Amino acid sequence: MNINLTLIGQSIAFIIFVWFCMKFIWPLIISALDERKTRIADGLAAAEEGQKEKARAQEHVAQAMSEAKEQAQEIIRRAERREVEMIEEAKNSARVEGERILVAAKSEIEKEANIAREALRGQVAALAVAGAAKILSREVDQSAHARMLDDLTAEL
Amino acid sequence: MSSEALTTTGYIKHHLQNLTFGQHPDGSWGLAHGAAEAREMGFWAIHLDTMFWSVFLGALFLWVFRKAAVKATAETPSGFLNFVEWVIEFVDENVRSTFSHKNDLVAPLALTLFVWVLLMNTMDLVPVDWIPQIAHLLGIEYMKVVPTTDPNATFGMSLGVFVLTLFYSIKVKGIGGFAAELTMQPFQANSPILKILFIPVNFFLEFVSLISKPVSLSLRLFGNLFAGEMIFILIALLFSGGVVFALVGGVVQWAWAVFHILIVLLQAFIFMVLTIVYLEMAHSHH
Repeated sequence: MNINLTLIGQSIAFIIFVWFCMKFIWPLIISALDERKTRIADGLAAAEEGQKEKARAQEHVAQAMSEAKEQAQEIIRRAERREVEMIEEAKNSARVEGERILVAAKSEIEKEANIAREALRGQVAALAVAGAAKILSREVDQSAHARMLDDLTAEL
Repeated sequence: MSSEALTTTGYIKHHLQNLTFGQHPDGSWGLAHGAAEAREMGFWAIHLDTMFWSVFLGALFLWVFRKAAVKATAETPSGFLNFVEWVIEFVDENVRSTFSHKNDLVAPLALTLFVWVLLMNTMDLVPVDWIPQIAHLLGIEYMKVVPTTDPNATFGMSLGVFVLTLFYSIKVKGIGGFAAELTMQPFQANSPILKILFIPVNFFLEFVSLISKPVSLSLRLFGNLFAGEMIFILIALLFSGGVVFALVGGVVQWAWAVFHILIVLLQAFIFMVLTIVYLEMAHSHH
């Protein structure tokens, strides 16, 4: 165990090793590690951004869903209302049509009755005149009683 | 094992002897045969085993991490790359939490020290006789496989750290600032006379604390690992004491190895953290 030249040899070896490590080993690995660190940080940031994006999309979807549901409800409600309206309308128009037909029929009937009554009146008058003529053919001056007969006919 | 391994003392001594290459007193160059010869070689000798294993392990570290560095991309890392990145992030986190200034050297320095020291310490977990035995078969007389049990290795590293501390102290604070740091505290005074009187006292205190940093840094690592190695050697002695002792030795060695994993890791970590702390102190003004 003597102190000798080994001391200096060892110092030289030490210097060379440290120099080599400093030049050819440390910077390469450290730069790789740093690069990886940045990459991981970027990746994490991107993932977080993606999560946020996803949350936003989900929110959007939920909103669209609820809107669509509301619209569907609205459409159904409108349709129901329309149905009731249509039934009402149909009922109304049917009633109106019925009344109209009824009125028309009534007036037709009345007209027919009037015509019949007129005809009947004419015929009764003619029949009465004919009867009276038969009975009074000699004494009655046709022209003298014509006015009286007309009055009679109008009175009927 | 060589002939001196026949005795207990010889066995221990043999295990604590580095493979030393240097100049013999008679002027010829060669390997030292024994501790006495190694001592006679003086400073201008080199521990071939320490150098070989530390350089081999350091190169292994650089090779493995370089392979990972070339493949490193921002894509999902594979198993092996993941492990390397995990180590790097661990070191980077430690540097960030301790070192607050801008310096591209500190983090790679911390990584190199941590992994290198860890690998050198881990050699301690290889059973003490395996590699020396193989070396012996190859004709190599001595082989100490744990470089961090050689104070030369730990001092070599802490010396490097110390030089860096001085360099950055002067670079950040200037020579004047650094000198003031060494002489103007901890005792401070308002009158110039007192200030001058305090300079030698302050300098003595600050200089001791300055020097104690690299010394304690290297001795802590060396001491822990040397003690651990020593215990492994002592446990290995049990194997030559018969079946019962050998069985006990096996269990004890396993238990100590498990505990030693903690020391191996902890000492590497402490060496790294203290290095960062010393450099932080060099960068910050008091």
